[in-house]
Amino acid sequence: MLYAILCYHDEDTVGSWTKEQDAAVMKKLAVVQGGLTKQGRLGPVARLLPTTSATTLRKDDPPLVIDGPYAETKEQLLGFYIVDCNNLDEALDVARDLGAANPGGAYEIRPVGMMTPGSLKT
Amino acid sequence: MTDTAWIDTALTSARPQAVGALLRYFRNLDTAEEAFQNACLRALKSWPQNGPPRDPAAWLIMVGRNVAIDDIRRSRKQEPLPEDEAISDLDDAAEALAERLDGSHYRDDILRLLFICCHPELPATQQIALALRIVSGLTVKQIARAFLVTEAAMEQRITRAKARVADADVPFETPGAVERAERLSAVAAMIYLIFNEGYSASGDTAEIRSPLCEEAIRLARLLLRLFQSEPEIMGLTALLLLQHARAAARFDAEGAFVLLDDQDRSLWNQKMIAEGLALIDKAMRHRRSGPYQIQAAIAALHARAARPEDTDWTQIDLLYGALEIMQPSPVVTLNRAVAVSKVRGAEAALELIEPLGQRLSSYFHFFGVRGAFLMQLGRNDEARVAFDRAIALANTSAEAAHIRMHLDRLMRDSQPHGSEISKK
Repeated sequence: MLYAILCYHDEDTVGSWTKEQDAAVMKKLAVVQGGLTKQGRLGPVARLLPTTSATTLRKDDPPLVIDGPYAETKEQLLGFYIVDCNNLDEALDVARDLGAANPGGAYEIRPVGMMTPGSLKT
Repeated sequence: MTDTAWIDTALTSARPQAVGALLRYFRNLDTAEEAFQNACLRALKSWPQNGPPRDPAAWLIMVGRNVAIDDIRRSRKQEPLPEDEAISDLDDAAEALAERLDGSHYRDDILRLLFICCHPELPATQQIALALRIVSGLTVKQIARAFLVTEAAMEQRITRAKARVADADVPFETPGAVERAERLSAVAAMIYLIFNEGYSASGDTAEIRSPLCEEAIRLARLLLRLFQSEPEIMGLTALLLLQHARAAARFDAEGAFVLLDDQDRSLWNQKMIAEGLALIDKAMRHRRSGPYQIQAAIAALHARAARPEDTDWTQIDLLYGALEIMQPSPVVTLNRAVAVSKVRGAEAALELIEPLGQRLSSYFHFFGVRGAFLMQLGRNDEARVAFDRAIALANTSAEAAHIRMHLDRLMRDSQPHGSEISKK
């Protein structure tokens, strides 16, 4: 069974780390990730940019683009995609296509700041 | 991180919202600040034992308000006729609960708090100092250090600014759309001032003053979270991030200023650049251009160029052209001229800045740029005159040192053998 582990934390707290503090945390995480990678058990790992860079697409008809992160609490996180796009407009186009195939709910579109592909064999 | 560091972080990030709300209740800046301080003292006692509250800002607002009301009561007891009704409408537990649930005030509370610091009668330095004290919660000592003045001088500056603000009519009613937009733009300008105060530091003071840049970025982010659909606030945040991303490369080991073309681009902070680019990308979708977005777009073109020769100067020239129309200023034209010199040569650039001579007759950068153009054209005698003038007008030792480097090169080049002019 594959498991997704979703990371939550206070963005003000993480954002206030100095470069050294940030690097120290990343180093400790890399040790854990390294072990999983060797065993071929780690999939992609991504660090997202802050929520201020987020855009939300409500999958209504027609779809509605809203600046900012997904803020409702009445829906739940059900899945995610990683897509390679030149800009936000392209990412929104992909989201619209996906939304047309599966209307209802919303997509939050957030740039990925850092990503490692992982060693998972499918 | 130590055990209580999380409390400091929580208090700092809750501060604008809490002080903003307390100001709305008490309509007096000193009372609001004191109430917040008292709430912080209680938080330091209570939070380590009970853990962080679910909503730290709401906790601080409620506690700060109750403590202040108790204080008012106590002082009233010593007065002959207590006016209970004056405080009864504030002392309502149900209202405190409502505060937690109703976040709609927060936006205007924080905007108001920032806005009172932008009082037009306050000189820019006082606006910045006041905002750093009231909104960011930096200590007077920290602010004094960043401004390179004594603590006593800064204390006096802040006290004077506060007195001015207290005399002014603080706008407490909920602003209309037009008014809100005006406040937003005044606040954005003030945040940019804070940033520039840190950014314009010279090599020997850059480290001391860079907290100003970081604080400006924090405030810009705060504003953007409150006004998520404002392209100019996205542009401002992007601009600050893209400029600050170059901080580590802007000065060499001796503290001398390093020109953009000569910077070690591997020292640029890629995380900040990524965030800045994402924000400007997001802003552009609104098709509502503005000065911050354009300046951010220019900074983005520099950030995107892996090597100086990859810079899209044609696009930068066009963007400065757009900025000139939006915000006509000889300084913008001067900046555009640098792009023009890369695209169409120094002759065309020199022609563009010639009419600015009178208005920029005491502006360091004008003579530095003019000297550089003349040097490129091989007009060394005229270049030397311009550089001499620039040195006389230099604001920092780093600026003067940079021009002296040009002059040294001219001296070397004017020796009979080995001219290197064609190289540049």
